[in-house]
Amino acid sequence: MHAPPVVSDIKEIVRQAIEKHGKTFDALIPILSEINHVLGYIPAEAMRELQQQFHNPAKQNYLAESQLYSLASFYDMLSTKPRGKHVIKFCENAPCHVVGGKAIWDALRKHLNLDNGGTTPDNQWTLVTTSCIGLCSVGPVLLVDDDMYGNVTVEQISDILARYE
Amino acid sequence: MKTKRAMILVSTDPESERLGSSDLLKSLKDTLEAFQLTDEVDIAPITDVERSTILPFVIVYPEAAVYGPVKASDANYLIEEHLYKGRIAEDLLAPPKELTGQIGSLRAHKGYNPAEQRIVLERAGRIDPENIEEYITYNGYEALGKALTEMTPEQVIDVVEKSGLQGRGGAGFPVWRKWKFVRGAVGDKKYVVCNADESEPGTFKDRIVLEGDPHVVLESMALAGYAVGADEGYIYIRGEYGLAYKRLKHAIEQAEEFGFLGKNIFNSNFNFHIHMHAGAGAYVCGEETALIESIEGKPGIPRSRPPYPVTNGLWNRPTTVNNVETLANIPAIVRNGGDWYRSFGTPASPGTKVYTIMGNVNFSGVIEVPMGITLREVINIYAKGMKPGSTLKLAQTGGSSGSIIPADLQDVPMDFESFRKAGVSLGSGALLICDQNTCVVDLVKVLLQFFRFESCGKCTPCRIGTQRAYEIVKNISEGEGKLEELDYLLDLASEMERASNCGLGQTAAVPVRDMLKHFRAEVEAHINDRICPTHVCSMVSSKVQVEE
Repeated sequence: MHAPPVVSDIKEIVRQAIEKHGKTFDALIPILSEINHVLGYIPAEAMRELQQQFHNPAKQNYLAESQLYSLASFYDMLSTKPRGKHVIKFCENAPCHVVGGKAIWDALRKHLNLDNGGTTPDNQWTLVTTSCIGLCSVGPVLLVDDDMYGNVTVEQISDILARYE
Repeated sequence: MKTKRAMILVSTDPESERLGSSDLLKSLKDTLEAFQLTDEVDIAPITDVERSTILPFVIVYPEAAVYGPVKASDANYLIEEHLYKGRIAEDLLAPPKELTGQIGSLRAHKGYNPAEQRIVLERAGRIDPENIEEYITYNGYEALGKALTEMTPEQVIDVVEKSGLQGRGGAGFPVWRKWKFVRGAVGDKKYVVCNADESEPGTFKDRIVLEGDPHVVLESMALAGYAVGADEGYIYIRGEYGLAYKRLKHAIEQAEEFGFLGKNIFNSNFNFHIHMHAGAGAYVCGEETALIESIEGKPGIPRSRPPYPVTNGLWNRPTTVNNVETLANIPAIVRNGGDWYRSFGTPASPGTKVYTIMGNVNFSGVIEVPMGITLREVINIYAKGMKPGSTLKLAQTGGSSGSIIPADLQDVPMDFESFRKAGVSLGSGALLICDQNTCVVDLVKVLLQFFRFESCGKCTPCRIGTQRAYEIVKNISEGEGKLEELDYLLDLASEMERASNCGLGQTAAVPVRDMLKHFRAEVEAHINDRICPTHVCSMVSSKVQVEE
């Protein structure tokens, strides 16, 4: 897992994300994605910080913290909880399912001893399912962080995971 | 199934029957046997044909040679020439006919599959997507130049109207009409939004365009902007498409540098700027009002309509939202004219369609063919047949919300009107081909799990309906289903379709309805006999019986 974020860092990370994407409402989701990318999740302190830096009645920018929580909980790629050092996303949609996806999913869960959404006690791995990522011609598909793996077989799983240990 | 080297299709519609097609079919089969070709050559009857003047006809693939009219007594000559000696049986060739979109009437080009026709994918995979000069070399920005220097905005809309282009995102709404609405709408500012939130499971056609030919999207958006009177556009791209995002961003910079985007494009008074906006993972954002909400920095919850985006869209201004594939057709239409575009596809569904093929077939990937080809043709020609040992059981067309069709519907031409008539949705163009080892209950359970997860929760029919439907189908898959629940499931499906606020809830129950329409016996076996005929479902409670 990422080291617990320090509050002064968070202030800076939020500032940089706003600087990159702009202080407008259409930048809110990109800003949250950026924070999520840097920290691995969006801690409560970051929401507070973003609200404080963004909210500006003089410029008609009214933003409540609850709006940020509603975004962070609505979108699947954003997380409000810390995740493991590596996140495995497994595609659970029909195209991967009919070419043997379920066996891969069962093997992943067994290998890591995790259920959907779980994190290993050593904080190395988080396992989640994801909706289609558009790599259907090479299903079953899984992502480890940003790396894509296609045509995955049960036998390959330990090799794939070993690359990240 | 053994790989076949050729495929013969014989017309067997009522008119062909009257003219002796069943005798023809029989004598073709007999002749194949006489030449000992039955292992190498597939033969199948087809119905619903358009070549009414030359019936009965015979099409032989992979050459896509069309013969007609063919009599039973011609069978020997046809088989001997074409399939035994390997040359076209010239004497029997059908007279040339205008292109109708029926795959058989198109000639194969060297190096292509028959009828493959690239308009949308004209350049994808053939040019360096990061180099604007390669795009320019292949007619790039020519249409924009033509429109800005020679055409009025109304003329651009006219040529799109003439082409008959319908939206390729799934709904099939005429593009010109949307543009005309936005052009006519009152607003101090208007927007063009490109829907690149391709999240329909099994669909990745837009990704191929975005990654392989990003400039075509920019050029079309500028054309759309000129047509509707907008000077600003957004590309809403799903958060998962990192490479496509990078390439588009780079393409925008290059286009600005070359003066194809920005101020006074082609020395006209037309200005156009494009912003990129990445989503963060939500299927429902493919719905246009949810997508607009998402750009505005809100959860992607679809709005109630009316008002529609054409009058009250992004930031409450008139907005046209168009899918990537739809847009990618526009420059070629502006360059070549509406009549040219109409020469592909069928009269009611002109143009081409990009399909993604996947499942238990030998080839998975993307194809672009004229509207109106059949699933059988897709499987046999483009997907190179079913995997060894697989036979077609069902196909799902159009992604999760699409239809599940049984093997006996595989000869319905895939175009908007034929599919509508057959009660099938063409959807986004995903074709998931499933073999005999696929359990329809298990498949529908997976689909409902998806919808249950992706429902935004705004309206009751969808929020509760997806959950209830999932529970019932899950119970069936575990041997806990009840027969009387099937009627309830159908009621639920029609209520969801009728009362849901947006397309997600309206179509979530389509697979349920199709399952009960085409595979009821298989479902009932799960309930009455606690048996999964394909041995896919674990049937928790039947385990007890087995152990006894």
